[in-house]
Amino acid sequence: MIYIQLFYEFFKTGLFAIGGGLATLPFLYNLSDKTGWFTHTDLTNMIAVSESTPGPLGVNTATYVGFTVGGLPGAIVATLGLVAPSIIVILIIASFLKAFRDSRIVDSAFYGLRPASTGLIAAAGIPVIVTSILSVDSLYTLLTGGMTVSMIKWPAIVLAVVIFVLTNFVKPTKKLHPILFIAFAAVVGVVFRLGGV
Amino acid sequence: MLKKLWQLFLTFAKVGVMTFGGGYAMLPILQREVVENRGWASEEDLTDYFAIGQCTPGIIAVNTATFVGQKQAGVIGGIVATLGIVFPSLVIITALASVIEMIDHLAVVQNAFAGINVCVGILILNSVVKLFKKAVVGKATLVIFLLVTLGALAANTLPNVNVSPVVFVLLAAVAGIVLKNLEGKKA
Repeated sequence: MIYIQLFYEFFKTGLFAIGGGLATLPFLYNLSDKTGWFTHTDLTNMIAVSESTPGPLGVNTATYVGFTVGGLPGAIVATLGLVAPSIIVILIIASFLKAFRDSRIVDSAFYGLRPASTGLIAAAGIPVIVTSILSVDSLYTLLTGGMTVSMIKWPAIVLAVVIFVLTNFVKPTKKLHPILFIAFAAVVGVVFRLGGV
Repeated sequence: MLKKLWQLFLTFAKVGVMTFGGGYAMLPILQREVVENRGWASEEDLTDYFAIGQCTPGIIAVNTATFVGQKQAGVIGGIVATLGIVFPSLVIITALASVIEMIDHLAVVQNAFAGINVCVGILILNSVVKLFKKAVVGKATLVIFLLVTLGALAANTLPNVNVSPVVFVLLAAVAGIVLKNLEGKKA
């Protein structure tokens, strides 16, 4: 039965995630809260692996979550669930391509959808950043328990700033593949024992 | 026909293997495989498919594959091309996930992932900044962005608030239609 639920959840993700791979994240965090199949930290690790392996990010993450929940059949079911809405929607649109492109209602819906999709991704990203630079397991613990200076992981903050600068402002490194920054971050994580173990 | 379907599967499996991350990173690879090597679409067609893939539900890479497949061999072509693009992910991720499952209790792996998580956070932030520049074009869109960010953050964080992202997506679509109409009337 878990397979039916997996298919349904990923079908929903494929249908409502607009704007590519990262847009699936809010749905996956929501799925984690709802089912407890995996933790937020598990998910962040899965995103990291998905970013570093071939294949579209959204597909990789769906496959990974599916595999975690239900082994190989789970991986297949989740991936098929994710792409099923694309197949249906695109096959419909392909038959009246021009009408869709010129439609005013589609255009105005996207006027609202674009900032919303951006906001959803931002809301998924904020806890990832906070839990990676502070020793807390969730944003909720931070809100209820308060923050102390001892929670701050200084090497992680330096790493975050360095990656932010290298990926945005330094010309020769801006265009480098994300996998290189992920590898660099892994090395820093090991050297400074960022996991605390 | 069978040969065409096989070609569709193979070509998109190849695109899947060569794509890291997806989205815009994929466009040059599609150009080479679909336009130059196969001649299945012109540059302009591909740009069109890609643009539509971005503003329809689902993963852009998958949408574009479905589109090209459909144009080449109808509904079955769309399905086969889509299966082609997800095939490498299925193989690679399941293999890798099994290995990671075996080693993820090791301290060195946990520390590495802690470092990687810092990087993932910044990569997400970078995407948000990039999307923000295109999506937030005035006061109304800024308000939508802020409301959704705060609302979704509350839904993610607070244990007693559980709102599906679907709700935000549907409300934003309605808001977009209403706001555009109001602006249209004013003008």
